[in-house]
Amino acid sequence: MIVAALFFYLFAGLCVASAFMVIAARNPVHSVLYLILTFVNAAGLFVMLGAEFLAMILIVVYVGAVAVLFLFVVMMLDVDFAELKQGVLQYLPIGMLIGGIFLAELLLVVGSWVIGPGIPQAIAAKIPANISNTEAIGLVLYTRYAYFFEAAGVILLVAMIGAIVLTLRHKERVKRQDIPTQVMRDPKLAIQILKVRSGQGLGSNT
Amino acid sequence: MTIGIGHYLSVAAILFTLGIFGIFLNRKNVIIILMSIELILLAVNINLVAFSSHMGDIVGQIYALLVLTVAAAEAAIGLAILVVYFRNRGSIAVEDINLMKG
Repeated sequence: MIVAALFFYLFAGLCVASAFMVIAARNPVHSVLYLILTFVNAAGLFVMLGAEFLAMILIVVYVGAVAVLFLFVVMMLDVDFAELKQGVLQYLPIGMLIGGIFLAELLLVVGSWVIGPGIPQAIAAKIPANISNTEAIGLVLYTRYAYFFEAAGVILLVAMIGAIVLTLRHKERVKRQDIPTQVMRDPKLAIQILKVRSGQGLGSNT
Repeated sequence: MTIGIGHYLSVAAILFTLGIFGIFLNRKNVIIILMSIELILLAVNINLVAFSSHMGDIVGQIYALLVLTVAAAEAAIGLAILVVYFRNRGSIAVEDINLMKG
C-alpha cells in the first residue's frame, strides 16, 4: 500500500510540476516537451486507477500525435516568441486572483462531497471482475455506445477534412500530372505528319 | 496513507486551475493557449476516470475516450487555423486577430 501511495505522489507531483512548466516556460518547444511529460504522468495515474487501456491511448494519441503536431507547428512557424512573452506580468494579478478563487472552490468541493443515496444503484455498466480493462471497454463501447463511437469517428473525419482544406494550397506555376489529358491523348493529337519541301523548310505549315 | 478518490480529484483540480491560469498568463501566444486547453481537457479526463474507478462503472472511461477524441480533433483544427493565420499575417499574436471587431 505504501508503494502505491509513493507512486501516486510521484506521478501526481511530476504531473502538476510539468503542467506548471508548460505555462511558465520561456521557450514554446520546452512547453511542448513538458506537455508530453504531463501526459505520460497522467497515463501513470490512469494505470493506478485501473484504466490501462485509456493510459495507453493517452500515450499513443497525445504523445504520439497531438504533442508531435504541436512540436511540428512550433518549430515550423518562425515567430519571435520573446516578443509574445512581453506583457506577461500585466495579466499576472488577475490570473492569480481568478485561478486562486477557482482552485479554492474546487478543493472545497473535493473536500466535502458525498455520493448520493440513489447513485450506487444507478450504475450503467459495472466493471466485470474477471476480464481485462480493454475487453470491458470493448464490450460496452461497441454495443451500447456504438452510436457514440460512430459519432467520434465522424468528428475525427470532419477534423481531418477541415485541417486538409484549411492548409492545402495549390501553388501556381507548378507542373502537375493531369491524368485526364494524358488518357484522352491519341496519335492524332500527338503526331503531326508534314511534307517538308526542299528549299522552303517548314515555313508556315506548323 | 491510502490514496482515495479525493487525491485524484485534487490533482485534476490543480491541473484545471493551471490550464485556466495559463490562458490568462499567456494572453498573446496562441500555441500556449491551445496547450492550456489540452491541460484542462486532461483534468476533465482524470476526473472521469477517477469517478469511473471509484464507482465501479465503466461508462466514465467511455466518456473519457470520447473527450480524448474531441481534444485531438480540436488540436488538429486549431493548429491548422494557426498555420493558415500565420501564412496570411506573419504573426500569431492574439491581439492582431481583430479583423471582425467582434
